[in-house]
Amino acid sequence: MRIFDPHIHMTSRTTDDYAAMYDAGVRALVEPSFWLGQPRTSPESFYDYFDSLLGWEPFRAAQYGIAHHCTLALNPKEANDPRLLPVLQELPRYLLKDHVVAVGEIGYDSMTPEEDHALAAQLELAADHGLPAMVHTPHRDKAAGLARTLDVVRESRLAPGRVILDHLNETTVAAALESGCWAAFSIYPDTKMDEDRMVRILREYGTERMLVNSAADWGRSDPLKTRRTADAMLAAGFTDADVDKVLWQNPVEFYGQSGRLELEPEKPEAGGATYEGNSILRGGS
Amino acid sequence: MVTPDPAAPAPAAPAPAATDSAAPVPAPAPAGPAADPAGAAAALRASVDAGLAPEAGEWLAAALADAAAGTPGPSAGLLAWEAHFAAARRRCGAGAADAVRVLILHAARADEQVATRVYDRGDAAERRAVLRALPYLALGPGAVPLVEDALRTNDTRLVAAALGPYAAAHLGDHAWRQAVLKCLFTGVPADEIAGLADRAAGDGELARMLADYARERTAAGRAVPADLDRILSLTRKEV
Repeated sequence: MRIFDPHIHMTSRTTDDYAAMYDAGVRALVEPSFWLGQPRTSPESFYDYFDSLLGWEPFRAAQYGIAHHCTLALNPKEANDPRLLPVLQELPRYLLKDHVVAVGEIGYDSMTPEEDHALAAQLELAADHGLPAMVHTPHRDKAAGLARTLDVVRESRLAPGRVILDHLNETTVAAALESGCWAAFSIYPDTKMDEDRMVRILREYGTERMLVNSAADWGRSDPLKTRRTADAMLAAGFTDADVDKVLWQNPVEFYGQSGRLELEPEKPEAGGATYEGNSILRGGS
Repeated sequence: MVTPDPAAPAPAAPAPAATDSAAPVPAPAPAGPAADPAGAAAALRASVDAGLAPEAGEWLAAALADAAAGTPGPSAGLLAWEAHFAAARRRCGAGAADAVRVLILHAARADEQVATRVYDRGDAAERRAVLRALPYLALGPGAVPLVEDALRTNDTRLVAAALGPYAAAHLGDHAWRQAVLKCLFTGVPADEIAGLADRAAGDGELARMLADYARERTAAGRAVPADLDRILSLTRKEV
């Protein structure tokens, strides 16, 4: 079984998690930039974080045979801190990088005017850079938040097929699918959504444009929830092909729209052989 | 797009280094690019061009023209060549990306300030390319902080790239010895260290550090890295 986790915050996870994920079948993932639990107070903290998502974390993932990609953005929660707004000016430089496969997580947290501005501005950035967008739907007042999110997406230049609506549940899935956007579900140990509820949703709504992620981070969460959901699907009578569609083909198709997906992780070889070919760049000795 | 084989065995243990695959390029002049940056860049351009598909070759020619002209870029505060620098791997392939990025920096006549800006806002592969470009840019010691930054990381791709001819020429003795030791720690082959034989020759302090490290490994019942003895023997050579 091959698994693509389209939303997981590996910065907060250990190398044991990487090893366990590989054993469970995870071969590729997307790490969206988000809040770190402790609010940031300066734009430079974001740039260091982006560096980590573009440097150290893919390096770490490659050691465990997993291809790492990221999405970059000013997240909804911190879009409310005026000290952090310069991040929006600096983002275009980062959105050019290899392995940036979308703008995200963007969306609403408390549905403030500041969040309206950051969401609309970043949907435009996604359109400018030919990237899809990964949109977080709010945990509080979710149904109203989704309606407002859909209004802003419709006003943007981004086609709905280039937008993921994440953290959906039974009350928001129908509206999300009807909009033409992709529908994503974060499977958590005891909040948001669990694997059995997910199976019921897949039974009712099918596997088209459906994504399942662990959204594992620094909170109570489980990086193997993708695999658990796959197992629950099989136990409920879904076929191997259904599982592959939801847990591999769908995320590959969605993020493949960036043109920057590379499903073969950088080879964890010793430096010697590979660097030799480039020896002209080192100038010998 | 290549999909990994799900049946492939898991990597046994974290490997010491991860790199992009690199296309073969001709051997450099013994003195390295710093002796003749313009000539070295021309030779590099020829070897890169020979391996590029026509479309990529045209893209590279346009990118280098933008770099030479300082053409404005796609958004405020970003020159066209900086966007090309970021896109190089997607345009020219993983094997040519480092060399293409070196050529772009050379064509842009990047000074220490520009190299620092591109490094600071670069991803890991872009940073590696900036480090590899240093000997092509005829820079003074002002870019040493970039080398020091890369040596502070644990990313073996950056550690290896930091120890090119520029570091051989400009890095201070203490930092250079620490870097040699770090290579042994992190599995970067000693062959990656430019000017190793010249700098190690007669370096008694490096010899002491290596001997202490070998003792520590032996006491822990761990193998001594194979490169250690080789470097130790280099320190015994006369200057």
